[in-house]
Amino acid sequence: MSKLNGSKKPVYSMGKQISLALMRAGQKGNILQISGGHGIADKLEALGIREGQEIKKISEQWMKGPILLQHGNTQLALGFGLASKVLVEITGEY
Amino acid sequence: MKILLMGNPNVGKSAIFNRLTGANVIVSNYAGTTVEFTKGCLKVAGQNVELIDVPGTYALDPTNKAEQIAVEMLKGRKEEDVVINVVEATNLERSLNLTLQLIKQNVPFILALNFWDETKHKGISIDVEKLENILKVPCVPICAVTGEGVKHLVERIKEAKPSSLGYDEKEKWHEIGNIVDKVQTITHRHHTLLERLSDASVRPLTGLPIAVIVLFLTFKLIRFVAEGLISYVCEPVFENLWSPLMLKLSYFLGSAGFIHDLVIGHLVKGQIDYGQSFGLLTTGLFVPLAAVLPYVFAFYLVLSFLEDFGYLPRLAIMVDTLMHRLGLHGLAIIPMLLGLGCNVPGVLSTRILETRRERFISATILAIGVPCAALQAMVVGLLGKHGMTSLGIVYGTLFIVWIVLGVLLNHTVKGKSPEIFVEIPPYRIPYFRGLSKKIWIRMKWFIKEAVPFVLLGVFLVNILYALGIIQFVGKFTAPVVTRVLGLPSEAVGALIIGFLRKDVAVGMLIPLGLTVKQLIIASVVLAMYFPCIATFATLVKELGFVDMLKSAGIMIISSLIVGGLLNLILP
Repeated sequence: MSKLNGSKKPVYSMGKQISLALMRAGQKGNILQISGGHGIADKLEALGIREGQEIKKISEQWMKGPILLQHGNTQLALGFGLASKVLVEITGEY
Repeated sequence: MKILLMGNPNVGKSAIFNRLTGANVIVSNYAGTTVEFTKGCLKVAGQNVELIDVPGTYALDPTNKAEQIAVEMLKGRKEEDVVINVVEATNLERSLNLTLQLIKQNVPFILALNFWDETKHKGISIDVEKLENILKVPCVPICAVTGEGVKHLVERIKEAKPSSLGYDEKEKWHEIGNIVDKVQTITHRHHTLLERLSDASVRPLTGLPIAVIVLFLTFKLIRFVAEGLISYVCEPVFENLWSPLMLKLSYFLGSAGFIHDLVIGHLVKGQIDYGQSFGLLTTGLFVPLAAVLPYVFAFYLVLSFLEDFGYLPRLAIMVDTLMHRLGLHGLAIIPMLLGLGCNVPGVLSTRILETRRERFISATILAIGVPCAALQAMVVGLLGKHGMTSLGIVYGTLFIVWIVLGVLLNHTVKGKSPEIFVEIPPYRIPYFRGLSKKIWIRMKWFIKEAVPFVLLGVFLVNILYALGIIQFVGKFTAPVVTRVLGLPSEAVGALIIGFLRKDVAVGMLIPLGLTVKQLIIASVVLAMYFPCIATFATLVKELGFVDMLKSAGIMIISSLIVGGLLNLILP
């Protein structure tokens, strides 16, 4: 996987690998990995959200509140802890 | 033969069920409206068959109680039973996951592509014929809320069969991707206004003000509609049309005596006083129909709109952090809001929460801290004329109790609560017919449930007073009721009847001539101390007897503590 490239925007540049929880709202990316056992991976998989899929981060809340992501025409809210288990490679803004 | 309606949550199974059976099942725009299966009857090719509205599920390995019911129903089906697999046409890829699992189970089924109308706005076009050729089962595009295509769906039920589509489980998503690529084309389009509003309601900077405004307007609107109906419709009807009739009947019954008092109640200065007379045909009808029903109507008018529009799951996102302090997550706000109408559907909908722990905490704090519309209507009627402060104290106290109890239970009940995981549906403009039907279902349900119990309550009040039982119990309980709560010993009558109906119980306070302070304490205690019988039965069913006992213990103790504290603190 590509490491940090595009040194002008060091924090959230394209290709950066970051958890869905820490990704910024307004960014999109591809899911690299869903860690933390079968529970969360299975639940996401049942909705078609799995490794290799593109997701957009719609919003996040203060104080580590839930994350809202979009995959296709599905919007899904999930807790900050769950979102931390989803590793995403940023591909840009949407 | 049985037909099971199966599909992901919020794909419109209940809407189809209502269309097909003419039944009245509550339909809303959020996942988890249906938490229990409903049976109905449908004619297919001249034959009566049973149609079952199954709770939504994403996969055949259940993650909550509602999904578990769905999977059990599928496992328990008989040879001749068929499934109508309802999918969201705007979310084909995700929906086909369940479809492929049904195929693997060799289930005979047909596919209903619901929300067909929305595909056009979303720039999605699906080749139904191609899909049918691939899946090898009938595929029917429909729009359940308007009824388009539903007739065609029924006609094709007889063609249901297991699909011969074979696929490798490991390649499932690859297979789904192939199918979607073949049958679906998407054209680009711009964000609609509703989508922008949707984004605004889930971002903290805009979403929190929106939540505050929505809740504020909700309360304003409910009071405006309800008070308007009471002052301009219900009270005039009772005062001008019903009272003269009742006075004639009173004269006919001899103006006094046990039967007269039971039917008409006591006349106040020769007139009927619907608050104080306490006869079956006076107070017994006035309370449910003129005092409470307008509030129930106004409440469900606003709530049903918010439900169908799709606001509730977004509110769940905004309150998630707060709810975590109570050992719950954001979705638990939905049972609480439903509970503000009636605790029974509120407690039932705690099933959308995943664990026993969450269901215990949410049902308990709901039964204690969330007053139903019937109780609220009476309390507002009773305290409203003493100004907003006293009402504010009642609501404020209940809100604090709700939070404090939640925090305490979160720290004492073993285990950890899971995080929120819920699909957020698009905003949808409610259909007038669907909305009015839903409000009508809820009103009918209220009248059917409430009126008999209110009448029974009024009947019992008369009997208990006539036999001197309330006075007798009053002497026994005086140490608690009088010393701790600062109420007159007769107020125990309201606590007894409160087990039957809380609105009647509040009504019993009217003739006692309580001070504002006593009214506040009595209202809070009545809301908290124990659920009404209907809620009690639901709690036993949902929590089991042992947990219900624990819950009841918490109710009684906390109401005494809070009532006692109010008695000490209030001037």
